Amino acid sequence: MMKKVRKDELIVPVTFIVFSILCFFLSGISFMFLAEQVALRFIRNIILVLALIFPIMAGMGLNFAVVIGTTITQASFIIVLNFNLTGGRGAALVLAVSLVAAAGVGCVIGRLLNKVRGREMVTSIVVGFLANYIYQLIFVAGFGTVIHVFNKKLVLSTGIGVKNMVDLKTFKEVFDNLGVFRIGEAKISMLLLAMIIVCGFFVFYLMRTPLGQKIRAVGMSEEKSANIGIDTDRIRVIVIVLSTVLAALGQFVYLQNIGSLNVYTEHLDTEKFACAALLAGGASIRKAGVKNAFIGGVLLHTLFVLSPLAGRNAFANASLGEYFRSFVAYGIIAFALVVNLRLERKGE
Amino acid sequence: MDSKIKLPQIIITAFMAGLFVLAALLGMDIPELISGSFTKFVMNGVLVLAMIPMINAGVGMNFGLPVGIVAGLLGMCMAIQLRMTGIAGFLGAVALSVVPAVILGLIYAKILNMVKGKEDIAAIFIGYSFIPIMNFVWTVAPFTNREMLYPVGAEGLRPKISLENYFGSVLNELFVLKLGKISVPLGLLLAYAAVCLLVYGFFKTKSGSVMLAVGENEKFCQLSGIRIDRVRTTAIVLSTVIGAAGICVYAQTYGFVELYNAPLSHSFPAVSAILIGGCIGRQAKISHAVLGTYLYQTIYLLSAPIANAILIPQMSEIVRMIITNGIILYAFLKQERRRRQ
Repeated sequence: MMKKVRKDELIVPVTFIVFSILCFFLSGISFMFLAEQVALRFIRNIILVLALIFPIMAGMGLNFAVVIGTTITQASFIIVLNFNLTGGRGAALVLAVSLVAAAGVGCVIGRLLNKVRGREMVTSIVVGFLANYIYQLIFVAGFGTVIHVFNKKLVLSTGIGVKNMVDLKTFKEVFDNLGVFRIGEAKISMLLLAMIIVCGFFVFYLMRTPLGQKIRAVGMSEEKSANIGIDTDRIRVIVIVLSTVLAALGQFVYLQNIGSLNVYTEHLDTEKFACAALLAGGASIRKAGVKNAFIGGVLLHTLFVLSPLAGRNAFANASLGEYFRSFVAYGIIAFALVVNLRLERKGE
Repeated sequence: MDSKIKLPQIIITAFMAGLFVLAALLGMDIPELISGSFTKFVMNGVLVLAMIPMINAGVGMNFGLPVGIVAGLLGMCMAIQLRMTGIAGFLGAVALSVVPAVILGLIYAKILNMVKGKEDIAAIFIGYSFIPIMNFVWTVAPFTNREMLYPVGAEGLRPKISLENYFGSVLNELFVLKLGKISVPLGLLLAYAAVCLLVYGFFKTKSGSVMLAVGENEKFCQLSGIRIDRVRTTAIVLSTVIGAAGICVYAQTYGFVELYNAPLSHSFPAVSAILIGGCIGRQAKISHAVLGTYLYQTIYLLSAPIANAILIPQMSEIVRMIITNGIILYAFLKQERRRRQ
């Protein structure tokens, strides 16, 4: 299985490492603090990054619609809380509802993306935005008007619209009681950690099953795969379903760990940062693996933790560091797109 | 291509009419709303015109509108720094923004020419990654006019610079015509008409028709010896310059220059407006931009007080964004269907 690592795969991760080392010395924080912060963010985020792998391997590029999976989980939390279900039963129900709903919605998104072959990425961005506003419409205007409110604690004093912040402590406690893993100050539930490992193995293993082979084949050439009798449309729908379900699971882990939910802002831009993480790990918009997700997750979050601190310490202005990190996150996606599309055009 | 009004336009127009009726039923000041619709229309109109050259050259939707907007912001900041006022100040700001617009446009074009066929997604992320770079610039740029800087504490330019003492509302207050209770800002409308005429005129010239031809059939043009990349570059630079002028018009009506992340919020609405006007993404006419901007902006204008009346003020923004993204999605699906036929 040992392959030689290609040179272009290394450029981006190495650049990240160089910048991270630079920022680390500028920021002047202790290594332990950094490790704790990075581990926490990494664990909260990694499943979402894993969710991007299947669509890339199927040749559909970066699936920005994973953000829909995250909103589905948030919606499930609010709906379950609305029925006053708390504790373990509530958490299990949230998980079940969000995964089933994500599978259903993923099916719809997959069919939609089949209709816009060649422009999946830009469509997935627009679909993601659209879903975000529909989600907002439901919880700003629908709650208390169309949807009956059983749990008065959720809504604003006017009786319409969910509050900006919803407390999820009742679910967090369940997981924390099952044993926690400590990194410095931070606590991470063992069960959530197990979920992450299972997801990593799942993605890794699935790419090596017959289904995984088919996904790769579709990614290489749709025409050829259709000729050897693969139902490409179906494979592409399956890929998006898997991606959306993983995203929903990822947000479940994330929210469980935080213990509260910013109803209208928690999910914003998560998809872009996940894409940036995957690309930071050396993936391209044509090829990605579990390895890229794990390496990239660590690298991106290291830079994210460090750059505002470095900005504050070195230039007495934290916002400069923040601009730098948004530039890195968006710039790396732009860079990957331009490089890959250019290579593709040359290849033609 | 027939320019007959099609079903989506009818639906949107009916929706707008419905909102007018609803506003009247809620006892709102209809003449004032109509007057407001004119200013809103021109305020955003020039930004929508920035879509036209790129669409017509076959580059696709100008999702990288923030690039042009930033050039306009630079021009306006320079004008404020030089303390230019009145109409001359406004024209000065537009003139000052042309140079940065051309430079940025050339870079933008260079990148977009590398990613032919997938310009939309690349343009979105060019916009996204360009904004933090500019945030850096706004923070460290050596402007010295106190009215532009953060009052105390922080460094750099303030996010919202008031144009009150410079060229705020100069076009809005030029030749206002009173028709009963409705006030028509003639100066503003004339300025818009002038820009429309310029764009229209450009497409009647030789290089304009070459651009249309490239948009129509790139392969054929290549065979007949037209330098495609050059034509595309011209179109992209032109779009960027119009975008720069567009934000100047927007800012003078709004009364503030908005820096930092604000430019990002203009691209999707502008794309959506021209689509609402009936452009399906191959050829854009001035009429598409004019009709689309009016419908889009008027719906937004009407929905805000209605949403307030039913006690959910955020709703107008949410509904606007659902329409915006819904229309773009619809256009993608429709373009695909057309391509397959």
